[in-house]
Amino acid sequence: MSQPNPEIPMLNVQIDGTWHQFPKGTRVIEACRQAGKFIPHYCYHPRLSSPGNCRMCMVEMGMPRMTPDRKPVLGQDGRPEIAWMPRAQISCAQDVAEGMGVRTDSPMVRECRTGVMEFLLINHPLDCPICDQAGECRLQEFSVEFGRGGSRFLDEKVKKPKNVTLGPRVKLDDERCILCSRCIRFMKEVAKDDVLGFVDRGSFSTLTCHPDRMLDSNYSLNTVDLCPVGALTSSDFRFKMRVWFLKETRSICTGCATGCNTVIGSREHKLYRQTPRENDAVNQSWMCDAGRLDFQGIDSLARLAAPRMTVDGDRTTADWTEAIAAASEKLRGVAAGQLALIASARMTNEELFLASKLVRSLGVASEHVDVLPRTGEADGILLSADRNPNTRGALLAGIASSVPGSNLPAIAEGIRSGRIKGLLVLRENPADCGIPETDLAKLEAFVAVEMLDFSPLKHAHVVLPSAAFAEKRGSMVNGKGRLQRLNRAVNPPGLARDDWEILRDLLAAVDPATPAFPQIEDVFHDMAATIPAFAGLSLGKIGDAGLALNQP
Amino acid sequence: MPHIIPRPKLTFAEKMYLPAILGGLVITLRHFLRSLFGQTRITLQYPEQKWDENLPAHYRGAPTLVKDEWDRERCVACQLCEFICPPRAITITPGELPADSRWAKVEKYPEQFEIDMTRCIYCGMCEEVCPEQAIFLRKDYAITGLSRAEMVYDKKKLYEIGGVMDGLVNKWNDLK
Repeated sequence: MSQPNPEIPMLNVQIDGTWHQFPKGTRVIEACRQAGKFIPHYCYHPRLSSPGNCRMCMVEMGMPRMTPDRKPVLGQDGRPEIAWMPRAQISCAQDVAEGMGVRTDSPMVRECRTGVMEFLLINHPLDCPICDQAGECRLQEFSVEFGRGGSRFLDEKVKKPKNVTLGPRVKLDDERCILCSRCIRFMKEVAKDDVLGFVDRGSFSTLTCHPDRMLDSNYSLNTVDLCPVGALTSSDFRFKMRVWFLKETRSICTGCATGCNTVIGSREHKLYRQTPRENDAVNQSWMCDAGRLDFQGIDSLARLAAPRMTVDGDRTTADWTEAIAAASEKLRGVAAGQLALIASARMTNEELFLASKLVRSLGVASEHVDVLPRTGEADGILLSADRNPNTRGALLAGIASSVPGSNLPAIAEGIRSGRIKGLLVLRENPADCGIPETDLAKLEAFVAVEMLDFSPLKHAHVVLPSAAFAEKRGSMVNGKGRLQRLNRAVNPPGLARDDWEILRDLLAAVDPATPAFPQIEDVFHDMAATIPAFAGLSLGKIGDAGLALNQP
Repeated sequence: MPHIIPRPKLTFAEKMYLPAILGGLVITLRHFLRSLFGQTRITLQYPEQKWDENLPAHYRGAPTLVKDEWDRERCVACQLCEFICPPRAITITPGELPADSRWAKVEKYPEQFEIDMTRCIYCGMCEEVCPEQAIFLRKDYAITGLSRAEMVYDKKKLYEIGGVMDGLVNKWNDLK
């Protein structure tokens, strides 16, 4: 909870017989939540407006009993006596008031909930066995908790469109919809793309898209998260895996410099979905579709699964000891001034820090080191113009030049002219950095740490297979200077290893005097002692919500 | 407080063991003579002779998949059996029914359904949990194979053993 603002007056509210204080403007449902009383709801969402149309959050309310001269009647405890309203009220569209009383679990409230559940279930199909929402469905949960267990409805259920393609990533089953309008309000209020709405009346009310439009916003999949039932489902995740099998790993999205907090759902070392994780300082409760579906390359057939070496023109797979030794030998075989290193701003702080140590150990000139910048258009909601998740981390580690990417043309030119004879590429495609394949073939030493096998790598003397964002631990600094953690959800394929381990072993092979780093925590510890922005921090201190760095 | 059980006091005859051994031999001899003169017939000459027709209705043999009277596979790949299975013998790969399928309304079906019979403990929980009544324990008990791979039964084999069961669920009609 945030610090109370002295400007806003505090109001006394009685909830289930106990008096609490809440700032003026708090919604009753929110006040009850803060008092530890959960009120079931469908349409209410703390980040959206309250239309009050699901009627599930009914509570009994009352106001102080007044004497004829408008003074509250005080009870024996000195508190106002409450005159209860004869009928239940919805708690999501009402702000707290001085002396207000709320009963969240009275017989009348319980009866209201049972009644509302019965109405909601009248036309709801009983297809939980095929519905993707089963297991995280509010309707399922509340019907167990508040429902009556059997239907008294004898007529035919209303038929509505099923399996409607609302947009490229979202499917709609109108029969399951309980008309809470969360998706409509999200598209209007947060995504600013008002394409959804209800048509027809009464039992035939149907959620639909504007006739000339599609639900194709980059934020469309948030409606799937918001949907309390299985009406909106993700075309990507649809029927892939039941949610109760998924192991949930708290991590961050690496699609852009925003670094949205995520939960990665995986089962038996296979990724199934990513969903946003609430963090007020970063992404509220949302994330964009592009970032959410960014994990799909991880299962790609082009994944490198074993170290690879080119010996006398023949490509062979190798074990790690051989490969690291060969990489170190190749790089040390080139004079320090003729070496270049291209790293990636998609790497974690720990990896970039080890890369900077490698730069010093190999004696690579600072103008021969840089990262590849990626930019796009910011959308004003979450997507950042910087599409690299850790540009700030690369700047802090001293790997990126002050204008990231400005050294790349010189490196490309150096390779073309033969002035640079050795190249170490970490997690980037040299072709994207302006180095054509014909020039790569001229290199005397070309070592790559990479996850996917792409064409320029056929010129590499040593290729070391590494891990994707969901397969490793580490930290990143987002565009606003917030330090956040990645966590491992699945194992890398085959012999592929975490990047920081590869860099640590390469560093130890190049420079035997480097200290041992048995764990990634040790790397962070060394980094905290070297880079002032990380001083006093540890990987554990970052926590799930991340923390803002002191430096701008 | 320790609870002390006193050692039983044995008589001399009991200590000698012989009377008990002789008693046992008498019983064996009695059974031998009775079966020799055809008075009892306990032994079944399995596998030439079988007890199959006498198996009770609730006998729990191999778990199998069944189809309904319209030849529709009942399983909708909800994966509850996979979840409940104590030895994790069941593996399901769910898939989406194509739009031109006769049963497209059902939307979901198991692309692959495998039961590892070397893991199955015939507990019957899959049958109990199935919301579509698609999986039943049949009376097959002689489940053998020459390799582990052969003992993993795929969908085709499970339907072969399971066959058709009709009249239980009629949920996927238009009146749903």
